[in-house]
Amino acid sequence: MLNHNQLRQGTRVEIDEIPWIIVDAQFVKPGKGQAFTKIKIKNLIDGRVIERTFKSSDSVTKADVMDKSMQYLYSDGEFWHFMDPDSYEQVALTETQVSNTILWLREQETYEVTLWKGKAISVNPPPFVILDITQCDPGIKGDTVSGATKPATLETGAVIKVPLFVNEGERVRVDTRTGNYVERAKD
Amino acid sequence: MNNPLPPLWQPSASRDILLARADIIAAIRRFFQQRQVLEVTTPVLVSAVAPERHQNPPSCQTGFLQPSPETAMKRLVASGSGAIFQLCPAFREDEVGRLHNPEFTLLEWYRPGWSYQQLMEEVGALVQEILRCPPPEQLTFLQAFQKFVGINPFKAPLSSMESALSSPPPARLDRSGLTDLLLVDRLEPALKKQGGGLFLREYPPWDPAMAEVDEGPPAFARRFELYVDGVELANGYQELTDCREQARRFQKTNQQRQEDGEETLPEDHHLLAALKHGLPRCAGVALGVDRLIMLALRKKRISEVMAFPFDRS
Repeated sequence: MLNHNQLRQGTRVEIDEIPWIIVDAQFVKPGKGQAFTKIKIKNLIDGRVIERTFKSSDSVTKADVMDKSMQYLYSDGEFWHFMDPDSYEQVALTETQVSNTILWLREQETYEVTLWKGKAISVNPPPFVILDITQCDPGIKGDTVSGATKPATLETGAVIKVPLFVNEGERVRVDTRTGNYVERAKD
Repeated sequence: MNNPLPPLWQPSASRDILLARADIIAAIRRFFQQRQVLEVTTPVLVSAVAPERHQNPPSCQTGFLQPSPETAMKRLVASGSGAIFQLCPAFREDEVGRLHNPEFTLLEWYRPGWSYQQLMEEVGALVQEILRCPPPEQLTFLQAFQKFVGINPFKAPLSSMESALSSPPPARLDRSGLTDLLLVDRLEPALKKQGGGLFLREYPPWDPAMAEVDEGPPAFARRFELYVDGVELANGYQELTDCREQARRFQKTNQQRQEDGEETLPEDHHLLAALKHGLPRCAGVALGVDRLIMLALRKKRISEVMAFPFDRS
């Protein structure tokens, strides 16, 4: 159990039988009055954000949540299958559960799968991924305007903006938090 | 992006901030010297306190670290000190946040013979001098709630107080708890949005602490608080001078603490003896100095104006 002053940003808690992550925590108290901790929490299953207030005598259950590095195997259209490389155990996630990561999923790559009470509930991409460009218009020769970009489709179906000198068939490094092109990947 | 904070052994406030802090503290001393108010020093490590329902002083084998210098300063006033002020550390266990640090600097002063309305004028003058702001406005506690929250906290059904909150309240909050929560959840943000200084006065009678109660009707505590930009800055009273009433409140507070599951605190019998001897009619106020400096320097957290806030202490 966590008491009110252990409710901090990033802590994962279980409230109403749902796992949440605290995205903001504020201690508030009128000088002579009761102390409260207001937290903003994000539902680890569907991403919904709500606010809750606790008083100083309240305690909150720590969520039984862990992150595990797993390899992405394949999708059968209904489920997305991942494997624990140590135990070879496989888990299947729904489209909603992989929605954070679906644009960056590449077979054989490793992702962080979040397990709640041993069951997979979501998956997060690493901060950067390297993906092939499958479709992209050729750059116009001699066009060196710096900062100019063009759209490029990646092997996962994601469309990102790349500089004009980047070509179809090349591999690029992408920041998954922003969806921005970072650089051409060296093989 | 924010500037990264310096390593933990270093102060979190820059030298410029510490210089500005020292200037403000010097200006506070000048303010009281010009008004012939005597600076005093009373013990920080104490054997007894004025128990409060919602304040916990840190304790050690030798005693407590004071939650405020209130009882010792009243003993001085009762013994004929005249007007006095003190700048000192005060301690509150478990209070850490944007506006809270378990150890903070308090400015407390007492004016024998004054009413709390007179003292509000003086608090306003000090704050105008330090913050270079226009004179604070005044509303009663009730007027402020009606204007900014649309609720009468003295009378409204608890259910309508609950539904006025921005998110569901914790279970089992009574009228006093819901009023506290509405204050921080609705009133303070509204005052922040409006900006400027505002005195709230005539507080609910259910928790008068050490203020005199006007029996009305309607009854209210002769108490005020100053808010600047939605930040609670000072709390003042027409001080209770009745020894028996004070003893009764100490007991009641300790009883409430027990019901709340908190430890009871040793009551300051020296204060009761001083009241029995006779405390002149007086008004007193305590002001959070770190918050005042934070507002003067337009910072967002008190830790930005302290050399070593709690996580570096």
